[in-house]
Amino acid sequence: MTSNYRSWPMILALGVVTIPLVLMYVYLFVDTVTNTAPGSVVPHEFTGEHWRFLWETLPGRPSIYVATLNTFVFATATTLIVLAISSTAGYAISRLNVPFRAFFLAGVMVLHAFPTVTLIIAIFLILQFIGLYNTLIGVILVKAALELPFGIWIMKGFYDTVPWEIEMAGIQDGASRLTVWRKLVLPQVMPAVMALGIFSFLAGWSEFILPLVLAPDNKVQVLSVYLAALIADDNNFDMALFKSVGVFYVVPVIIMFLFFQGKLMSIYGGGTKG
Amino acid sequence: MRILLDQFTKSFGRLTVINKMDLEINDGEMIALLGPSGCGKSTTLFAICGIHRVSGGRILFGGKDVSNIPSQQRNVGVVFQSYALYPHLTVAENIGFPLMIRKESKAEIARKVDEIAELVHIGNLLERRPAQLSGGQQQRVALARALVRKPDVLLLDEPLANLDAKLRLEMRSEIRRIQLETGITAVLVTHDQVEAMSMCDRIAIMNEGRIVQIAEPMEMYKNPVSDFVAGFLGNPPIAFVDGVVTDGQFVTASGAMAVSLPFNDGARERKIRLGIRPEFFGPGGAQPVAGKITFVEAQGRETLYDVALEDGQILRSIQTATNTATVGEKVNWGIDVENILLFDEDGVRL
Repeated sequence: MTSNYRSWPMILALGVVTIPLVLMYVYLFVDTVTNTAPGSVVPHEFTGEHWRFLWETLPGRPSIYVATLNTFVFATATTLIVLAISSTAGYAISRLNVPFRAFFLAGVMVLHAFPTVTLIIAIFLILQFIGLYNTLIGVILVKAALELPFGIWIMKGFYDTVPWEIEMAGIQDGASRLTVWRKLVLPQVMPAVMALGIFSFLAGWSEFILPLVLAPDNKVQVLSVYLAALIADDNNFDMALFKSVGVFYVVPVIIMFLFFQGKLMSIYGGGTKG
Repeated sequence: MRILLDQFTKSFGRLTVINKMDLEINDGEMIALLGPSGCGKSTTLFAICGIHRVSGGRILFGGKDVSNIPSQQRNVGVVFQSYALYPHLTVAENIGFPLMIRKESKAEIARKVDEIAELVHIGNLLERRPAQLSGGQQQRVALARALVRKPDVLLLDEPLANLDAKLRLEMRSEIRRIQLETGITAVLVTHDQVEAMSMCDRIAIMNEGRIVQIAEPMEMYKNPVSDFVAGFLGNPPIAFVDGVVTDGQFVTASGAMAVSLPFNDGARERKIRLGIRPEFFGPGGAQPVAGKITFVEAQGRETLYDVALEDGQILRSIQTATNTATVGEKVNWGIDVENILLFDEDGVRL
């Protein structure tokens, strides 16, 4: 490839700026498998003890596997709810004569901009009242509800790019409205569904404030809360352990990114593909 | 199947687009709905296929009133202007889609798809996706999909508008061939008079939501009922000259053109409009008028001239390319008055 400008000055500048970040990541990994004497920056021994949370349950904490399973269930369930409702609601708003359509669209936008934290006390009281406090179901419902405005908006935008003639042709070919949506329209917006699913999953995976407030119990704890509790515990303060759990926490995310990179990019790349 | 529109009315909100239209389409006939954009021809088409609900009147297929039957049950094949192929399906799946909806067996679908693909000459493209096809091929797929379930009527909404000039010529005859071979009743919506004239048995010309005239193409060309129809058919278009006629002598307001007509309405002065087609004006015509050539368009076999009379009135003439007159040249070409079309001041044919 030839370029019409020299690239090395830019690379050098970016490299210099990036060094602190790179160092942070390097030490994050290095510290999880080594011990470093106080005051030194060079590790003096290898050790596996910082990963001990994998084979023993830390005092006062749930098993890491319970927390991981909870996080997985939380993220997956949220994603499924968001996908199911966004893909149908987005279609309805894009194509059907819904009453108060403009009002609804504006409302969705406002809801999306609404900071979660301002709602958290009200949500806490409601969950407490209906008995879903400290349950995964409760926090899943809340998270899904808060993700929905974004999902609906994205899906509506993608449905708007599907030509209406395709639907009319489907109707002429004898298909019902539901079949047209399922067999003809949905495949056109599949990239959006994939991308939205990945976004929702990642958002669920990294969600902290909702599970912390609404489901703090050991039984239903998710990884983010588990991690926060580690650093908040002044009696057993262990920075290297915290870093190890942190690495354990991000690995699935990194794997997902590697797998679904292409799909993720297409959410901003437009609708149908030929 | 015979299609009948009986007092068909369509309004959008308070705006009535089509008011009490009657139209009969005979079995096996190909009819063109021709008109300028906004005349209601597409609205009529969408009402026949059931995308639009009728606001009044009835639509009959054979003897059956389908006005309130949903599109899915009407058995109408539609070819959309953009073809509306399903981009995620292969050509074979596209064509087979209506059959799949009817839950026909896989073997049956494959057989019918092969058969129809053979008819429209796309047998070798069945495994491709729409994005891998040229415009003409996409058109053929759309036709095949519309025809595969043997519809009662085939509706074509500006099917050639998205094709380039050469393909348009080819598909014009192809669509007609397929229509004749299947013997299907077909409705073609178009704003292109050449398409309407070359492809259809009859033309229904529409303006402002009404059918102005229904006739066979040549009949309509020769005997238009109004100046609107005369102006719409024919390429290059007809030239209109306004003036008065007294005792069979026609003269324009400025006096730049005076001819005697085979039309006598007595000594009373009467306002009248002449329609002169380009083929009836040129050297050797019986009644000469003086003018100057302002524009020459060579089309190969023929050459088209614009001739301005003294008062600026333009007459058009089309002649074989042997004529060598050039721009600016003064000419004294004649009008073949026997073939002039006469309209009264409201544009109604006399």
